[in-house]
This record gives sequence, C-alpha cells and structure tokens, in this order.
Amino acid sequence: MHRAYCSKLFGFRTLQRSAQQRRDLTVENVRFVDRSLSRRTQVGTLYLTATHTIFVGKGSEDRNELWVLHSLVCNVVKHKASQSGYPLFIHCKNFQVIQFIIPQESDCHDVYISLSRLSRPEKYEELYCFSFNPNADKAERELSWDFLDLKAEYSRMGLPNKLWHVTPINREYRVCDTYPSDLFVPKSVTLPVIVGSSKFRSRGRFPTLSYYCKENHATICRSSQPLSGFSARCLEDEQMLQAIMKSNPGSRFMYVVDTRPKLNAMANRAAGKGYENEDNYCNIKFQFIGIENIHVMRNSRQNLIEVSALRSPSMREFLLGLENSDWLRHLKSIMEAGIFISKAVAEEGVSVLVHCSDGWDRTAQVCSVASVLLDPYYRTLKGLMVLIEKDWVSFGHKFSHRCGHLDGEAKEVSPVMDQFLECVWQLMDQFPCSFEYNEKFLISIHNHIYSCHYGNFICNSQKERKDLCIKEKTHSIWPHLWENKMDFMNPLFKPDQGLLRPSTAPFCFKYWRSLYNRFDRELHPRQSELDCLMAVKEETQQLEEELALYEQKLAVLDKERAKTLYMQKGVLDSKQTLWSFPLDASLVNTPQDYIGGLIGAAPNVFSSQQGERESLFGDKPKCPDADNSDQESGVADFSSHSSGEESLPSEDSVKDPDSDETGPNRA
Amino acid sequence: MEFAELIKTPRVDGVVLHRPFMPTVEGTLCLTGHHIILSSRQDNTEELWLLHTNIDSIEKRFMGSLGTIIVKCKDLRVIQLDIPGMEECLNIASSIEALSTLDSVSLMYPFFYRPLFEVIEDGWQLFMPEEAFRDLESMTDEWRLSEVNKDFSVCPSYPSLLTVPKDIDDDSLCKAASFRHGGRFPVLSYYHKKNGMVMMRAAQPLTGTNGRRCKEDEKLINATLCAGKRGYIIDTRTIAVAQQAKARGGGFEQEANYPQWRRIHKAIERSNVLQESLIKLVEACNDQSHSMDRWLSKLEASNWQSHVKEILTTACLAAQCIDREGASVLVHGTEGTDSTLQVTSLAQIILDPACRTIRGFEALIEREWLQAGHPFQQRCAQSAYSNGKPRSEAPAFLLFLDCVWQILRQFPCSFQFSENFLIMLFEHAYASQFGTFLGNRVAERVKLQLSQKTVSLWSWVNRPQELERFLNPLYEPNNLVIWPSVAPQSLLLWEGIFLRWNRSTRCLDEAYQEMVHIIEYNKELQNKVNSLRRQLAQLETEDSPLQTP
Repeated sequence: MHRAYCSKLFGFRTLQRSAQQRRDLTVENVRFVDRSLSRRTQVGTLYLTATHTIFVGKGSEDRNELWVLHSLVCNVVKHKASQSGYPLFIHCKNFQVIQFIIPQESDCHDVYISLSRLSRPEKYEELYCFSFNPNADKAERELSWDFLDLKAEYSRMGLPNKLWHVTPINREYRVCDTYPSDLFVPKSVTLPVIVGSSKFRSRGRFPTLSYYCKENHATICRSSQPLSGFSARCLEDEQMLQAIMKSNPGSRFMYVVDTRPKLNAMANRAAGKGYENEDNYCNIKFQFIGIENIHVMRNSRQNLIEVSALRSPSMREFLLGLENSDWLRHLKSIMEAGIFISKAVAEEGVSVLVHCSDGWDRTAQVCSVASVLLDPYYRTLKGLMVLIEKDWVSFGHKFSHRCGHLDGEAKEVSPVMDQFLECVWQLMDQFPCSFEYNEKFLISIHNHIYSCHYGNFICNSQKERKDLCIKEKTHSIWPHLWENKMDFMNPLFKPDQGLLRPSTAPFCFKYWRSLYNRFDRELHPRQSELDCLMAVKEETQQLEEELALYEQKLAVLDKERAKTLYMQKGVLDSKQTLWSFPLDASLVNTPQDYIGGLIGAAPNVFSSQQGERESLFGDKPKCPDADNSDQESGVADFSSHSSGEESLPSEDSVKDPDSDETGPNRA
Repeated sequence: MEFAELIKTPRVDGVVLHRPFMPTVEGTLCLTGHHIILSSRQDNTEELWLLHTNIDSIEKRFMGSLGTIIVKCKDLRVIQLDIPGMEECLNIASSIEALSTLDSVSLMYPFFYRPLFEVIEDGWQLFMPEEAFRDLESMTDEWRLSEVNKDFSVCPSYPSLLTVPKDIDDDSLCKAASFRHGGRFPVLSYYHKKNGMVMMRAAQPLTGTNGRRCKEDEKLINATLCAGKRGYIIDTRTIAVAQQAKARGGGFEQEANYPQWRRIHKAIERSNVLQESLIKLVEACNDQSHSMDRWLSKLEASNWQSHVKEILTTACLAAQCIDREGASVLVHGTEGTDSTLQVTSLAQIILDPACRTIRGFEALIEREWLQAGHPFQQRCAQSAYSNGKPRSEAPAFLLFLDCVWQILRQFPCSFQFSENFLIMLFEHAYASQFGTFLGNRVAERVKLQLSQKTVSLWSWVNRPQELERFLNPLYEPNNLVIWPSVAPQSLLLWEGIFLRWNRSTRCLDEAYQEMVHIIEYNKELQNKVNSLRRQLAQLETEDSPLQTP
C-alpha cells in the first residue's frame, strides 16, 4: 500500500505539470461522496486528463486520490441540484459508482460534457492502452505478448497428431476474417471441403477444433450456423462433419449442439440460415440448448445492476429484483450446456460440434465452460488465461462491440464474457478446492476486459488486432497478472484430475456480491477467510525456511560443539513471525443505519458530542450531505479502537488494490 | 405406562433404508421406547439410530405388499424406510406416530439415557446466576441479586435469582412485576464494561386502554440511568401491534410517564408467523423442480431472510445505543420470552467478545434463553414438517442461531466455535438425549429434577474430545465490537441447516479439512521451530563458558 501511495504522489506531481501544459479541465472545491452507507464526503480538486478522471482530496497529511480510467466509464448522469451543489454520478463498467458534487453549474456541465465525450472514444487510437507505457523496452513488450503461446496449448492437448493438423487455409484470413490464422481440422478434409463448408456457414465460420481430449480422442468443435434455410444442403459441410466424427475413432456418432432456443433457430431459417437437418448429416444427434441472445442478456444484466445498486433495499425488493432480472436463470442455462458437452466428451467419448448464430458469443461461453469442467488445467491460473486467449480472443469474440470500447452501436453491447467468468465463479463456489485461482483473479480479468489498459481485449478479431499493430503498440495483460499471482491464489487448491460434475439445482446459483458490490465495502465480510489462510500459508513457508536453517545450524553445532564461537546470536533472535488476522478495525467499528430512516440519514445514531442528541430525539430534518462528516468524526473520536485509517476515504475505499490501471506512472 | 404397549411389532427384517447422499442399507428394523434402530449387521455400514422425538411427521405409502414410511425429522432430514409386509408397516407407522408424540416430559429419553462417558464437569452446575453476579460485582456495585422470586411466585417464568438495581427493594419488584405481562419485570440482561451502560429486558407493561401506570416500574428502570442521561426502550413490535395489545390489557410505556426514555418500535414477527415461514422455507429448499424462478420466489415468499434481517437489525440497534450513544436500553415485546431474547442475546454477541467463545456462548444460551424462560418445550415441539394445527411452536431459537451464523460468516475469525456448534445446538433444542432443553422455564426444570435425573448437554459438549469438532480453526480472539452488515446482499441462506440434506457436502467438507490441515501444519511447524530455537539457545549458553576464558 505504501509503495502504491508513493508512486501515486509522484504521479500527481507530473499530473499537475501536464495539466497546466495541456490545459486539462480542473475544478476546485468538489465534494466527493463515499457512497457506502456512511456517506462521508470529502472536498478536493477534480482533474480531467486525456485518460483519467482524478480527484485529489484536500487532506492535511493523508492525501487521498481517486483515479478512474475514462474507458471504464459507462455513463455520466447529472442529478438535480442540491443545497451543496450540482451532483454528478459516474457509473463505471466495473460497477463502481462515483458521486461528485460540483459547486458551479457551469463547471458541472463542463465536466459532464468532457467526460461524456472522453468516455466514448471514436477511434481505437484514443484508447488508453495506446498511451500506456509507450517508452517501455521493445523487447520487454514483445516478451509480454509471448507469455502465452496457443501453439503450446494445442500441443499440450496432444495436437497435431495423426488425425488432426493445422490447416494453412486461413493464414491470410481469406476464408474467414473473424477466425484466427491457425486452425485445427481433421487431416482427412481437403482444402475444397473446408472452403465449401465455410461458404455454407454464417460469416464463413466453418467447423474447427476448440478442444481435444487426449484420453479418448473426443473433441469439442465450433462453428457458426449453417445456411440451410428450409431445404438447402452442402455436401462439403456434410463431409466436414463426417470427418470430425471419424477423427474420433471410438465413436459411432457425434452431437451437434445448437445453443439457441429452438424458436430462434427456426426463425433464422426464414433468413436462409438455420440448423443442421439430421436427415442430411450421417450419424449426428442434434440438440437444442436454449441460451438467450445478447439482447436478452443485456437487459437482464441491466436489471441485475439496478438491483445490486439499490441502497438499503428490503429483503423482498432484493430477492424479487434478483429473480425478475433472470440473470441466474441465464447462467444456469449456460452451465447446463457446458455440462452436457463435458459429459458427452468425458463420459460418452463422443465429439461435439457447438454453434449458435455466428459462433462467437454463446458458442464461446459453452465451449469454455465445458473446457473448465473437463480439464483441470483450465482451473489453474495459466490455464484460464490460455482458455480466454484461445476460445475468446483468438476465435473472434467481439470484445470491442460487446464491451462498448468505442462509441457505437449500443445494441452490440452484451455481457457475454462476464457470464463466462461468473460461471467459473459459480463453479468455484461448488468446488472450493478445485481451482488454483480465487475470485479476485476473475474480478481482475473482468476489470481489464473493460479497462482498455492492455491490448488483449481490443478489437473484434485477430485480423483487426494485426491490422492495428496491437502487439507493437500495446502491452499484454497476462504477464502483469502473473506477476501478481500471489494475490490470486486459492489457498485451498488441491490439484485434482477429471471432470467436475456441478449441481444445477437452483439454490446452487448465487448472487456474486464481490463483483456487483465490489466497491460497496460495507457489504462484504469484515474478515476474510481467504486472506487469513493466505497469511498462514505464507508464514508456513517462512517457518519451513527457518526450520531448515535451524536444522542446519544444529547439525553444525552437533558436529563442532567446541566451535560454537561461530554461532551468530543474530540468527537466534530472528523475529518470530506470528500471523495475525487482517481485521479492518475502522469497518468493524462502523455500525450502519440499523434504524431504517427513523433517525434521519445519520449512519451513526449517536455521537458523544453535544447537540448530536437531536439527531435521535429531535425531528429536525437533516441534509444527508451537509453534516454527516462531522457526525462521523465525532463517532470516530468516541470509539477507542478507531485508528487513523478512519479518516476519509481511505485508499482502499476509492482504489481497489488490483485496479492498477488507475496509475499511469506505475511502470 | 409401558412403552411396550405402544410397540406392536418390535422388529422387522429386510427393511431398506434410503437416506440422502448415502448408500441404501438393508437390515433389521427395531423399535424401542425411544429409538428407531436399523442395523445391517455388517461392520462397515452405518446404522440408523433415530430418536422418536426427532420425528416431525411420517407418511405411509403402499405398493402391493411393500410398505414405505417416509420419516420427516425435526432436523429437516427426510428418510425412507421400505418395509415388507403391509401389517408390519402399519404397525411400525402407528408405533412411531404414538411414540413421537408422547406428551409427558418424564417419559422423554433424557430420563432414561445413561452416559457412556464419565461426567467430569457437571454442566448443570456450570452457569449459575451467582457466578454471573460475582463477575458483575467486580465491575460495578450498583446491582444486587434478589431472591424475591425464589419460589417462582412473583414471576413463574423467571429464575429464582435475578439481578436488579441495588436501590430497588423486593416490595417494589413485586409491584413492578404486577405491572408487567407474566410478572416479567425489568431485570439486568447485560452490563457493558466499556462504558457502564446496561441492557435490561422485560415483558410489555400492562397499561391497558386506560393508561395504567406503575411508579415502582418507572422507578425501577430509571434507577439504571445515570444522572441527566436518557435511555432507549426498544419495543420489538410495531407501534400498531403495540397499540392493539392495549385492548388485551397490554401496551407500551407512555412518554409522559417515562420522560427519560425514548421508545423505538421494530417489527420482529413471532410465533405462528415464524413457524409458517420455516415451513415454507423448508418446502422451497426441498422443491425438486429445477426452475430458477420457483426457487427465488419461494425463498422470498417464505420471508425467512426478512425475519433474519429484522432481528439482526434490531440487535444492532440495541448494541449501537449502548456502545455508541452510551445509553442504557430496555428491550421487550409482548411476553418477553422470544423476540426480546433474540435481541438481547444477539446484541451481546456483537458487543461482548466473551460471548464469542464456546464457554461464553454456552453461558449466553443458559442465561438469555434457558434461565430467561424461553419455552423450549413448546416452541420446539414441532419443526418444519408438522402438519398438525400449530399450537405454540415457533423457530425463535433457530432464527437466533441463524443470525449468529450470519455474523460468523461476516467475522469468520472472531468466533471460537464453528458452524457445526450452531447446528448441534439446533439439533439438541429439538431432540436430544440430554435434559438441557427440556421444560419451558426454570421452575419446571426444578420440579422435574432435571439436574439430578438427566445429563446436561454441556457435560457432554465440553469434553475435550467432543469440543474439538466444534472449534473454529481460524479463531483469533478479537476484542472489538463487531458490527455486521444487515443489507440483503450480505445476508445468506444458511445452507448448513436448510440445504444440509439436499446437496452433497463432499467438496465443502474437503475444503474444511484442507483449511484445518493448513492451520495445523502451521502450528506444528511453529512448535518445531520454537523447540529448535530453544535447543539452539541452550546449546549456546552451555557452550558460552568456553567463549569466556
């Protein structure tokens, strides 16, 4: 924490200088409102730079800073003026909600206009990843992109082998511009068959391999929907599927899984698209799995966010809101699809072809969930990175559209990738020992998918990224996460083999508080089992080292007792490490509003200070923004356990430890 | 009465037992006066020993000559017994029904149970009011132990010894008792060492429609206030409910008569509403349909989580008044035996680190529930599967345990006990071989001579070999007041109780084992390092004369 604080201070000075040079927007006397139940406020200066919104609190010693990347801003909303000024709400894609109160209406409007513009860049070049750390060593940057190697991943699976090989057909992205250049297909298919098949599939996304199971040769393949309409057929496409089936010598048939609801698939037939006719393809078993489309998911997510952002809702409001959002129902359908496929592969030894419409949303979700269930490797840190790089990034999940990186079609935005991460989280909840990583890892990935801090999730396809020279101009996220892997480890991890068989009983799907209420500190457990166990493990490691040292010393002593003169007293005095539980004293000692409005908006009903009694006994209406900070500090004095950390928004409250994207100077 | 009269068929061979997430067992079913026993006569299969008192309800089904009895237990487990022979099945079913609904307390199993362990520390003698008072005396001299209720005539549901303000004599207590529902006059519940503030509990005042008042009652509670300070009366009922109570002779403290007190009304439900909530919740949890909508609607409609939130919120409010405002608090509802006790006991868990230890928690249950007169026998007569007309059953104690679990989830390192301890208490409150939760009040327990004729739960729990199962490996004493979050996002369904029999716990058990392993390995290493360190230091001192010529 201290280190981060110093680097931020340094950043702040450069910032002041550059703000003067470039004449970025600066507003004084802005109030920052901590939206947690305590609703503390702090006065300070607001800076709008080319890349960040920065708030610097006017603290005496303890300078508080808040850095928010423009690319994380989802929308900016002006609220009705209050006594103290003009409120401005910034809603972020990582579920942070920031509230400023700006004294002058014109300033508020300026910030609103600038931020609205800055948070909706029109060109890729405006994204933060292109300005982040431009001076870094070229070799270092290239190294960061070499951190993951998909070729190595395929060879880990056992490919190429005598049945599967890489086809050169898409090297120049001519057959399919949304696919990666290297694709695995059965050795038995000829180039004309591939070309023929690709012409019969939406956007040329012909069936190709996503996962290969070494043990039984079953595969998960993916594609887009066939252009079958009501009666069209394509010999090459039929041959393609036949070849995929035959490349799994042990099986007599294969599954074709259409992840859409049947009705949607049928509607597509009218547009000359559709699904495979079982009569035309030999030995396929066709299966619909009703996962809703991106528009349904977008609305569902919007409803979920509204529920999660409710301020002190009743149990009824919360549970009904959760239900009405349908979010958990959608997760369940994705999970069920993944389970179906993983069982087909692992238990039946049957290959599966998965598609939806275009094969870059639901297909990616389902293939990757199935892979996590099937292969313990994807439950390791590196494995999950590889899986995302393979099934999502390389196969053309449209990150720019789905995450709304650029100003554009709102209808293209959808939390498809989020749903995959959340499925993994739901699995972690059911299998607490099966994952090497913890939920912070997922949350960090989620954050960076939206942050545009690194180049990985920019653009919509491999071809676009190549054209934009992403690898030459930006950095890769993965080595950065790897460096911080100590934060992402699950202390309970026990490497296991084999298939995960999750339950899909409704009560197994839970609300992911750590993501959706990530910045509402007061809603989380005040002590973390995870942190405790990590601390213990870390100490255990130190103890092991110490033990080895002592044993060595003892051995030496036993041998040369006469020569104990050499013994260094210092070693014996080496401090005993006792693990202590991280306990956020300030939070433990902060009660919430337990009285439900009876006592105005005051978070703490009482204070030892004179006059405060009115808050409880009197009916004097209170302006929630005006007096609370005083009251709060009164309480802080009152508590014998309050520490300096109690002072206004502590670093943690405004800056998550993993959201390093907020410090441009870091590297 | 002989149990034998009720047992028409004492044993049946070839019975098949189905239990959730366990392999089926075939064996001989035996009925005794207190147990259903199923033994497979094989060494490696687990036998079934089920107390009749644990049975909430049974259902019978027939398929030809094969009868099936579905046994629904108060601990929420559902098991199935396939019994060959219709007559045998009918006999068994009627015997179980009769044996599980015996009304007479003295026929209960605790009176017949003989422990297989040596009682080293008698749980009946562990938590005596005198002892608690001695602790109090060491902190303040403003209280005294009154014997006014020694024959339980002033208040039948109170214990014989009560802690009251020093300046209030027994006559005044009697008068105050006549002004409170069931004679439950205000008594000390908790003394907050940090600032000397107190929490008291009582039953509602009997103001009636014409606004009766009682000077002694006013004097009694005013005696707990410091000069110039005000206190809070937390009424666990809504103002509307409290108003209605006046018509039946009850009521609440009028501002005019209690000018130094500010009254706050909360809305904690009681009795039938809670029982219904439990039934609905368990029904939702057992719903086999796999639709998300049904699950969340049913969970919501049960209102269970709302009750948890309301109780926790009220307890936090009480704790806040005491710790933050530095004010004394009086808590009551109607009878002062349910919601009142939930609030006072939870507030103590929040405020007092001692209550978060195993001994302290036992003492809290003894003090705030058993001695304070929570009618366990009545409240726990039936659980979630009861199909009879509810009498005075209510899961008030289970709700309290649920709230404790919520705090435990939020402060996983601050409790000496683990979730297993809470689950164990739930089980024993509803069916037990121990006498602790028998009876409805101290007076009844004295009359039943429980301390002589039965074994205390604490005698068993506190044996080191049992205690081990209930310890929280993450425990690190924490002397702070702990403020839980009561937001719906923070409150979880207590899966350890409500989904216990509906999901496999293999992975969760594995995780728990791993956690224990991590911590134990750490301790082992620490011991090793320390002993080596000592060894080295010793060698060094032994050798040091060599160094100094």
